[in-house]
Parts: sequence; structure tokens; C-alpha cells
Amino acid sequence: MAEQQLFKVTIDNITVEVPAGTTILNAARKIGGEVAPPAMCYYSKLKDSGGKCRTCLVEVSKGSEKDPRPMPKLVASCRTTVMDGMEVKNITSEKALDARKGVVEFLLINHPLDCPICDQAGECDLQNLSYEHGNEGTRYEFQRRTFEKHSLGPYIQLHMTRCILCFRCVYTADQLTNKREHGILDRGDHSEIATYIEKSLENDFIGNVIDVCPVGALTDRTFRFKNRVWFTKPVDAHRDCPTCSGRAQLWMRGDEVFRVTARKDEWGEVMDTPDGKPGWICNTCRFEKKNTSDWVIEGPTKVDRHSVISQGHYIGMKVPNETFQPLMKGREPKLMMDIHDVSEVNKTNIDLSLIEGPATSETFSPDA
Amino acid sequence: MQALTTRAKQVQRKPLSWVERIYLWNIFKGMLITFSHIFKKQPTIHYPEQKRTFSPVFRGLHVLNRDEEGRERCTACGLCAVACPAEAITMEAAERMQGEEHLYREEKYAAKYEINMLRCIFCGLCEEACPKDAIYLSETFTPSDFTRESFIYGKENLLIPDPVKQPEAFAKARGLN
Repeated sequence: MAEQQLFKVTIDNITVEVPAGTTILNAARKIGGEVAPPAMCYYSKLKDSGGKCRTCLVEVSKGSEKDPRPMPKLVASCRTTVMDGMEVKNITSEKALDARKGVVEFLLINHPLDCPICDQAGECDLQNLSYEHGNEGTRYEFQRRTFEKHSLGPYIQLHMTRCILCFRCVYTADQLTNKREHGILDRGDHSEIATYIEKSLENDFIGNVIDVCPVGALTDRTFRFKNRVWFTKPVDAHRDCPTCSGRAQLWMRGDEVFRVTARKDEWGEVMDTPDGKPGWICNTCRFEKKNTSDWVIEGPTKVDRHSVISQGHYIGMKVPNETFQPLMKGREPKLMMDIHDVSEVNKTNIDLSLIEGPATSETFSPDA
Repeated sequence: MQALTTRAKQVQRKPLSWVERIYLWNIFKGMLITFSHIFKKQPTIHYPEQKRTFSPVFRGLHVLNRDEEGRERCTACGLCAVACPAEAITMEAAERMQGEEHLYREEKYAAKYEINMLRCIFCGLCEEACPKDAIYLSETFTPSDFTRESFIYGKENLLIPDPVKQPEAFAKARGLN
């Protein structure tokens, strides 16, 4: 095969060379950092994804070397391929930033203000996007759309009101599992993610829809309301799994494994395994292996310092030398109170990480 | 050696005179200062009977709020705990079951909610962080006690009385009467 043709493309005054057929978004991701436009529906590991949410809009100020006219409208960078000599403006373009602000407002029109309840809060793409690009208030004065509750089985919790219809979960089911059982029903304002007849999603690998969901529409029912993301500590771990790569991330608190997810890269997508395949994990790893003994722990995941998940992780903490014992000739200090004797929280007889669904008043009732 | 301050005085080591040795003159001088205070304005008050007015921004004991129907507002979102610089707040969340709609405002609620008043520094950041108007710092002190155990405040200590079922207690807690 002849050597692939390389195109020179300039994004926000940074020039990069990419093979022909690369999208503007992927070229920008090659540069990295702030230049890469945000994406809510595009997922590089899923074929055909993208082109739906319009958050990745960029301005093309020069079409190519041969045809230097600018493109008349903003283009979706996840679907537009680069041309040789193309010049793209993302964060340097006021037009693109203004359009993105509008897109965020549209995405948030029907999105409920559920963040205090939502399990995705803290690692939510829409939350991050609206912090960076959105308005503080809303101009929408009407009722937000509501849906009848629809159960997707014991593992996956669907909150249709939070959905932004990115189609990622549909592609995941199509491309990873043997049979897709859910999809988007109805159209327009009424379109919703559902199975046609109430059916639970139990295909192997279907748990990955939780990881690809950019909002809290599909969340892990085994983690539901157990803890907040920022109180759990992510560690990289692996196990010998016959069906999947077995490389996962455990969200732990003390010795308890609260949640298992696939490892994510800097774009919030599933990380590749060393052999270059996306590291999707199977349902057994995700939902059933909630003991530390099931896993080989590699070490804590590196979390961005500015992320809320890194709060309370005291890295590099120096514990001062205890002076009491040498001074008191080896006598132990007298403890005035052990907090676990008094506290009602984190009772040793209730293992939240091991109960199947969310905790209810029955879990905490005195006779339970 | 150079003196650290300009007010340092050399200690006098000379032996006391006879007047100084009987101390009567010094006692009289001291009592004169004591008596003169009888005629001055008192800076103290008689505490439990008299109370000083609080500043409008006083931050005292925490209160977990209810809405007007008496449902608990807290959804255990954890923002107060993450904002707390003293790490005094812990909680455990639970899902609201069918038939509990009159107890809790949202789908998720705090089954356990604890503030360690020994750790709390009354900075009010929890109040500021709360997205649901659920926690407030009231204008009361944390009562003093002899044991440490009594400073772990659970939901039963923190929740404001139900405005529907116990209107008098609620009004009293709000300081309305």
C-alpha cells in the first residue's frame, strides 16, 4: 500500500499533519488540550457515532489550499474531514463559542436539575460542558418533558428525563452485543430510549452503555445512591476474565468496591488495552465482582487535580512522628472516644457495596 | 544583652522595707482598685437569664430543613460534606420507596446524616454549598456537655420539627414566638 497522504491542517493557529480522511475533531484531539472541541455524541470507539449533538461546532476560515474560501456555516467537527491547508478556528472563533453556548442551552432545555440526586454528577460530560460553555440561568419557561418510568432490569437504571438522545448506547448495543434490545422509540419531542416491550437488558457487554452515556440517563443500579463519585477513590485493577480484557477501574472506599467501570482516557472514552483494542468490560466484571479479592489492584488512577474526584485524596501526606509513646515510656495514648462506637454512619453490619440495588429504609431499619 | 522591648524593667533585688514587709499598705491599695470597680459599668451579663442579641450573620448549631409539607429537603448529594473543611459531615443515602413520598421530597434522601460537632468549625460552607436549601446554621450554640459522644449529632438532633404535625415546636425552632 502506498504511503498515506498527509494533510496539513491548522487549528487555532497550531499546525498538525494528519492522514487524509481524519475528521477535524480527531486532528484537534491530536493536538490536545483546549483546542479539541467538546463532544457529547461522538465516541471514537463507536462506528458511525457523532453528528447529532452539535457541541463540536467549529468555524472553518479557509477550506483548503486549492479552494481557500471559508465554509459558509459552522461545521460539526466530528463529521467533517480535513482538507490540505485547511484552517479551523475553535476557541479563537467567537462565532463557534457563541454557537456552542446556544447548543448547551438547547441540550439543557429538557434536562432536569437533578445533579444532587444523579449518580453521574462529578463525572458528567454535560455538567462539565455547561460549566465551561453554558449560561448560569435558563430562559425556558415551560414544563420539561417527562416520561413514564421504564425498567431496564436489575443492572441498568434508566432516567429518560436526563437523556440528550446522543445514540451512543444504541451504537454500543449494536456493535458490542450479539443482539440489540433497546433503541429510540417515537420521534421528536417524544423520542425515548426504551425496549419495545418491557424487557431487561442482560446481554453480555451491555453494561458498557453506562460508560458511554455522557449524562446520567443510564447509570449502574448496583451503585445507585450508594455513594457519591467524589467520595470513592478510583484504582486501576485487573482480573483474569474469559470474556473481556478484565482491565477495569474500581471505585473504592476503604476496602469496599462500590463500583466497577472501564478505564477512561482524557476524552472520557474507554481506554485502549495494550493490544490496541478498546477496553470494554463485560457484565460479570462490572456488576458481580464487588470484592477486592476478585481483583489484582495495580494502584490509584491518576485523576486530574482540578476534578472534583481528586478532592480529599491526600497525596504525599507526611504523617508526623508520634511523640506520645516514647515520652510516656511506651504507654498507649488513652482514646477518649472511638467514633465508630457512636456514629450511625458506615455501620459494620451494613455493607452498602454488597447489596444489590439501592439502599432503602428497609436496609437501615433496626430489625434488618 | 539588648532588651527585646523598650518597656523592659530591671528587677529590683533590694530588701523590702518595714512598711512593705507588713503588706497592709499594698492590700489597701489593691482593695481600693476593687472598690472603684463597683461604680463602673459592668462588661458581663447574667447569662442564662440575660442573653445578648446575636449578629445577623451569626452561625450556630445546624438545622436540617423541611419543606412546607414537612418533607425532608436533604437528598444526600454530599456537597456539604465535600465543602466541609473540617470533614465533620458524613451521610448515607437511600432510595425513597413507594409510600414514603410524604416523608422525603426527592427520590433519594439521607438515611443517615451526621455532623461531628467536635470537628465542626461553624464556617457555614455547608449552608452555602447546599443546592436544596436543606441545611442552615441557626442562631443557637451547641450545648456544652461532659462526654464526647453527645457531640455526634444525628438526624434526630438536627431535623427541624415538622411544620404540619408539630406547628408549635416548628415555630419555636424558627424563633417565631
